[in-house]
Amino acid sequence: MGRTLAEKVWDAHLVRKGDGAEPDLIYIDLHLVHEVTSPQAFDGLRLAGRKLRRPDLTIATEDHNVPTVDVELPIADPVSRTQVETLRRNCAEFGVRLHPMGDAEQGIVHVVGPQLGLTQPGMTVVCGDSHTSTHGAFGSIAFGIGTSEVEHVMATQTLPLKPFKTMAINVNGTLRPGVTSKDVILAVIAKIGTGGGQGYILEYRGEAIEAMSMEARMTVCNMSIEAGARAGMIAPDDTTFDYIEGRPHAPKGADWDAAVEYWRSLRTDDDATFDTEVDIDADTLTPFVTWGTNPGQGLPLGASVPDPADIGDENAKVAAEKALAYMGLEPGTPLRDIHVDTVFLGSCTNGRIEDLRAAAAVLQGRKVASDVRMLVVPGSMRVRAQAESEGLDKVFTEAGAEWRSAGCSMCLGMNPDQLKPGERSASTSNRNFEGRQGKGGRTHLVSPLVAAATAVRGTLSSPADLD
Amino acid sequence: MEPFTSHTGVGVPLRRSNVDTDQIIPAVYLKRVTRTGFEDGLFAAWRADENFILNQGPFRGGSVLVAGPDFGTGSSREHAVWALMDYGFRVVISSRFADIFRGNAGKQGLVAAQCEQSDIELLWKLLENEPGTEVTVDLAAKTVRAKDFSAPFQIDDYTRWRLLEGLDDIGLTLRNVDAIGEFETGRATWLPTTNPVAAG
Repeated sequence: MGRTLAEKVWDAHLVRKGDGAEPDLIYIDLHLVHEVTSPQAFDGLRLAGRKLRRPDLTIATEDHNVPTVDVELPIADPVSRTQVETLRRNCAEFGVRLHPMGDAEQGIVHVVGPQLGLTQPGMTVVCGDSHTSTHGAFGSIAFGIGTSEVEHVMATQTLPLKPFKTMAINVNGTLRPGVTSKDVILAVIAKIGTGGGQGYILEYRGEAIEAMSMEARMTVCNMSIEAGARAGMIAPDDTTFDYIEGRPHAPKGADWDAAVEYWRSLRTDDDATFDTEVDIDADTLTPFVTWGTNPGQGLPLGASVPDPADIGDENAKVAAEKALAYMGLEPGTPLRDIHVDTVFLGSCTNGRIEDLRAAAAVLQGRKVASDVRMLVVPGSMRVRAQAESEGLDKVFTEAGAEWRSAGCSMCLGMNPDQLKPGERSASTSNRNFEGRQGKGGRTHLVSPLVAAATAVRGTLSSPADLD
Repeated sequence: MEPFTSHTGVGVPLRRSNVDTDQIIPAVYLKRVTRTGFEDGLFAAWRADENFILNQGPFRGGSVLVAGPDFGTGSSREHAVWALMDYGFRVVISSRFADIFRGNAGKQGLVAAQCEQSDIELLWKLLENEPGTEVTVDLAAKTVRAKDFSAPFQIDDYTRWRLLEGLDDIGLTLRNVDAIGEFETGRATWLPTTNPVAAG
C-alpha cells in the first residue's frame, strides 16, 4: 500500500512509535522563534535547569511587535520593547542565532526561513505561530505550536504527536491571467469552510499547483490554517529545487545531489489514498475577495454582498448577519462598489518579491487614489533590498504609496500599523477577523494584484478594471 | 517537575462556583515575558477586597484551594495555572473542572482533584470553623484528609501517573533521550543547520 507525501515525511521523523493511545515522538528539523510566544518557553528552560538541545536547529527574528518606520529608534511602546529586548537576552544566553531589527536578514519569520534556504523538502518545521504552514510549500510538514510546545521543542527537539489525517486538494486546470495563488486559497477556504481542514494535513496537487512559482505556493500553504488545517503541503519538484539551489543554507556539491535524489522520492504514491479529496477547477476561478469577518466568507470580485436571508444554514445566516453589521455592508452591494481607506500590501502571505513585483506592475505610471492610504511592507529586509535594486520602491512612492521596513505590520494589531475604528482596508494578509487590523477595523482579504488596482480606483478592483 | 505523592497544607475554602480564568488572573497581568511572578495577579479583583478569604489570617499561606463547581472555565490562558502555583497553591479541589484548565494544570504539576460536591461542603465547614486546618491530599491513595474528614477524589490515570513520577511532558519525552540521540546520528548530513554560513 502506497503512502502519501505527508505519511512519508512523518515516518522519516519517527523517533519512537507510540504504543496504543500514546502519541508518536516526532523529530523537529527546524525551530523558528519570534518575540511573542517564546519568552515563557525560555523561562521554563531556565526554571527547570534545562538546556536548549539544538541551538543549531533554531533561529530567531523580530517581527510581530516591530514598527516599520523609524526602525533605527527604540520601540516606543514599552511592552513591545520589553518583548523584543527579552528575545535578545534569551537568544544571547541560549546561543540562538537572531536577526534583530536593523539586521540585513531581519523580517517575518516565515519569509526569512525559505529565503535563507533553511526550509527544504521533507523537513519538519515548527514555530510558535500558526502561519508556519507556509513552509509546507517545500514538501515539509510545518505547523504552529503553543508556548508549552515551544519549550518542549527547545528542550528535546521533538514533539509528542498523534498522526494527522490527510486531505488532497486537487486544483485542476490552468489559472487565467490575473488570477493568483491567493485567489486559489481564498476559493479553497470558501469551499471547505474555516473548519473544513480540522485534524488534516492538506496536500495541494494538480496542474495549477505544479505551474505555480515557489512564492505562489507559499501563499497557498500559508493560509491552510485559515481552513482549520494543521498544515498544508506541496510535493517538491524542479521548481522547488531551482528555488533552493544556491541559497546560503542549501546543500552544496555531492550533498546537493544526494538531497535532490531523496527529495524526488517525496511524492504521494499512485496507489496511496487520502482520507478526503476536494476538487477545485482552476479554469473557472476569478479574483476572489472576502466580504465578511472570517476568511471563508469570500466571493468572486464580480459578485455582490450576499443577503443573509438567502442562506439556508441557520448558523451561517447568523454569522453573515453579524459580519455584515460589523463590516458596515448592505446585501446586494456589488463588491466592486466597496470603497476602502487603506490598502495593505505585505505579510507572510503576500510580502515576497513576486508579490511586490506584481503590484508594482499595476501601479507603474498610475497614482494611488487621493483618499486612499497604501502601505507597502516587504516581508523581509532582504526582500526590501531586492525591490530597491529593481526600482520597485520608486514605483510605489511615485504612485503615492508608503515604502516601509520589514515586519508583520498591519496584518495584526500588535505594532503601530493599525486601522482606526470604522476604517476599511483591502489587505493582502490572511485574517479578516473583527479587530484583527486594529479595533473596529474592517478587512477585505485580496491578492496583491487586486490590492494595487484597488489602491488606484479606491474601490475593490482588479487590474482589468483599470483599462 | 518534582514528583507529587502527597501534600499537606492549609486549606482555603473558596465558596464560589464558575471561577473563570479571567477571575483567576485578569488579562492585564498577561503582558509579562516571564513564567514566574504571576502571584500578584491571582484573584486580583477579589483580593482588593479585604474581606476576601485569602486576606484572612491563616488562609494567606494556604496551599490547598477548595472551590465550588466549574473551576477554571473561560479563556485557555496557561497563566491561570502559573498564578495559582506562583502564589503557593499545589492542589485545587473542585467537584468539576473546565477541560482546558485541567489539562494546563496537569502540564504544570498542579493537582486538580475532583471530589463529590457533598464532600466539598463538609470540607468547607471544617475549614471555616477551624481556620488554618491542614488538608492532606494523597495522590497515591487518591484521598483528601483533614482531621476526621476523609474523602476520595478522582483524577485521570495518565495524569496521576505523570504527577507521581514527577514527569512533565518534557520530562516524559526526555526518557527517550537515547532514542533521540540515536535518531540524530542517523539524520542526513546535508540537512541544514542555522549556524551562520559565509556569504556567497
